[in-house]
Amino acid sequence: MPILEHLWIIPLLPLLGATVNGLFGRTWPNKIVNSVAVGATGLSFLAALEAVREFFLLSPEQIPWVRQYFSWIEAGNFRAGFDLQVDQLTVVMLLVVTGVGWLIHIYSMGYMAHEGGYYRFFAYLNLFMFFMLILVMAANYVLLFVGWEGVGLASYLLIGFYFLRKSAADAGKKAFIVNRIGDFGFMLGMFLLFRTFGTLDFVKLFDTATPLSAEAMGHLGTLTVACLLLFMGAAGKSAQIPLYVWLPDAMEGPTPVSALIHAATMVTAGVYVVARSHVLFMRAPTAMLVVAVVGCATALFAATIGLVQTDIKKVLAYSTVSQLGYMFLACGVGAFSAGIFHLMTHAFFKALLFLAAGSVIHAMGGEQDLLHMGGLSKKIKWTFRTMFVGTLAIAGIPPLAGFFSKDSILLSAYQSENGGPNAGHILYVAGLLTALLTSFYMFRLIFLTFFGKERYDEHHVHVHESPKSMLVPLAILAVLSIVGGWLAAPAFWGKPDYFAKFLEPVFAAPTGSEAGTAEAVAHALETPLAIVAVIIATLGGLAAWWLYLKQPDKPDALAKSFSGVYRTLLHKYYVDEFYNAAIVRPLLWLSTNVFWKTVDVSIIDGAVNGIAEGITVVGDGTRRTQSGNTRSYAVWVVVGAIVIVAVIFWPHVRPVLGVAR
Amino acid sequence: MIPTNYYIVLSAILFGLGVLAFIFKRNIISIFMSIELMLNAVNLAFVAFSQAMHKLDGQVFVLFVIVVAAAEAAVGLAIIILTARNRQSLNVERVDLLKL
Repeated sequence: MPILEHLWIIPLLPLLGATVNGLFGRTWPNKIVNSVAVGATGLSFLAALEAVREFFLLSPEQIPWVRQYFSWIEAGNFRAGFDLQVDQLTVVMLLVVTGVGWLIHIYSMGYMAHEGGYYRFFAYLNLFMFFMLILVMAANYVLLFVGWEGVGLASYLLIGFYFLRKSAADAGKKAFIVNRIGDFGFMLGMFLLFRTFGTLDFVKLFDTATPLSAEAMGHLGTLTVACLLLFMGAAGKSAQIPLYVWLPDAMEGPTPVSALIHAATMVTAGVYVVARSHVLFMRAPTAMLVVAVVGCATALFAATIGLVQTDIKKVLAYSTVSQLGYMFLACGVGAFSAGIFHLMTHAFFKALLFLAAGSVIHAMGGEQDLLHMGGLSKKIKWTFRTMFVGTLAIAGIPPLAGFFSKDSILLSAYQSENGGPNAGHILYVAGLLTALLTSFYMFRLIFLTFFGKERYDEHHVHVHESPKSMLVPLAILAVLSIVGGWLAAPAFWGKPDYFAKFLEPVFAAPTGSEAGTAEAVAHALETPLAIVAVIIATLGGLAAWWLYLKQPDKPDALAKSFSGVYRTLLHKYYVDEFYNAAIVRPLLWLSTNVFWKTVDVSIIDGAVNGIAEGITVVGDGTRRTQSGNTRSYAVWVVVGAIVIVAVIFWPHVRPVLGVAR
Repeated sequence: MIPTNYYIVLSAILFGLGVLAFIFKRNIISIFMSIELMLNAVNLAFVAFSQAMHKLDGQVFVLFVIVVAAAEAAVGLAIIILTARNRQSLNVERVDLLKL
């Protein structure tokens, strides 16, 4: 088992690529830079494939496969090691990260060809791959946190890739700072877990937690608090309410970055952590309900904003936030495998959509505004075809990937009874509404971009199809977006869902007769719910078709008649403005007036400068005693003598004079 | 026999007069003389204590003081003569170059 013994090779290859490119790439021609970067990721992908092949040969007792390479922190009974772990969940994440990551590297070769800082881009991208692989392969929370922070760093660097543009630099900072808020919760969660269980290794921790009984709903026990804190971190990284504001701004980065980091991999880390900690979450129903409600609310909320955005990448960004909400909804109702399944299919079709959007932007010479596109379907055929596949997939049209994953989430939400008998139905309806909106805004995007009149100046914009290196990844992702969901297809004819079956050892399904009846009920519900979902998705598409192709004047008229709603949506519910007024500005005021001007300038600087100034004043005064006049010196000698005599004789004189002590 | 206290008080008075003269006189020679007065006031105290305690240490010390005073007088007078030559004056107020 060579690779399974040497798991460290998989993350180390991209790190090597990042180091080589970062140190020496500056003077190298683009060809060498991208062969190093793409080669490193490609080899890492191959190593991951080999590891997965070997993984399937393992016997069930050997899973989870944990290898300890060295101890990183050892203090008292605390040990955090560089330990890597492979189980079914890791396998899924590993393949998604390396596979999609590799495709996006290939795509970037073409997309970034005319940009400055080529070596820098690939070095950062490889660095991201390294940290992401550490994140998904870590066998304890501490190492996971290293990857967690590392991907945050890579994200910051890549959002601010065009750092000369102020908006890009600001967006990078925003992403970093908002994530810090979440990370604060994550760290507190880790501390609490360590205090309770005495270890942060997944295997040991979950073994200790398994016999514990679930905490009561509404009771803030240790597990519930720890889970809520972990979820705070997850909400930051995965852009959930109320910490989602950084993701739309993160679109300032180059498009492949949006595809890789801000759609397919990094932002799903939060979902991964919740799924990884499912043992804890299953025993904290309150936390589960919070996860479900926050996920569901985010899904609906972001989808409504996506309806009216006109920037092609912003639409996709809100769509990503919305789909991440879906994944959390799945985790929150206990359908972890459905959440991870959606994570995987979403990685395929959202990476595809972003890359296709990048191809459109490339073709339009940098134009991102949907209102300045139109009629592109004939000019960039392959981009159009692949993007259309992606749209069908995300809208949930069978038999594409999104249909299956969304369907299993909605089914689980419908059946959920956590938090009351009707809670699941409310979540289901909200999820269905989100599906309607998703389908609508995605088809709106397609119709505005590829159909209708050409709304750009043909003399200035020379529309051209992208190079092969960009189209091949698009095609591969399109195929994956079609077939990726078929793993779950057998559920429709009563056979076990392969994907859920595969993950079952990790998410230990309910046992005994209970499981049997649940499955029967699920199967009975499966088809009607799927039909409803498809009808809803089709309705959304038709509505978009009617509004943006059939009656192109209607949207404006609608916007006018509902101008209040329209403007609220266009300004994203004024959340940024609210955060600015409620948090950023008071904080800035506090920092400026209290911490800077009062504490730093007045107190700290004041003390330092005050001492110096006081000494100057004293020196200035005593300087005058050195007059040069001999007699004045003589006087000082006498004064000194008197003082000495007084000091010596004072104890003897005091009782005589009757002075009290 | 005259009590020791009397000698000590006399010594203190002489010393005080010497200090006052040392501070207020302007003529260098007067200042010099006031120093001699202080030295001798101390000598008086030494001798008085020596007598009172029946020990010779005080008297030995007085001899040393006289020797030092003689040496001091020689050096001091030399300085005074040089000062008087350079400045054509014995006023101590005009000796004010003792600073950086």
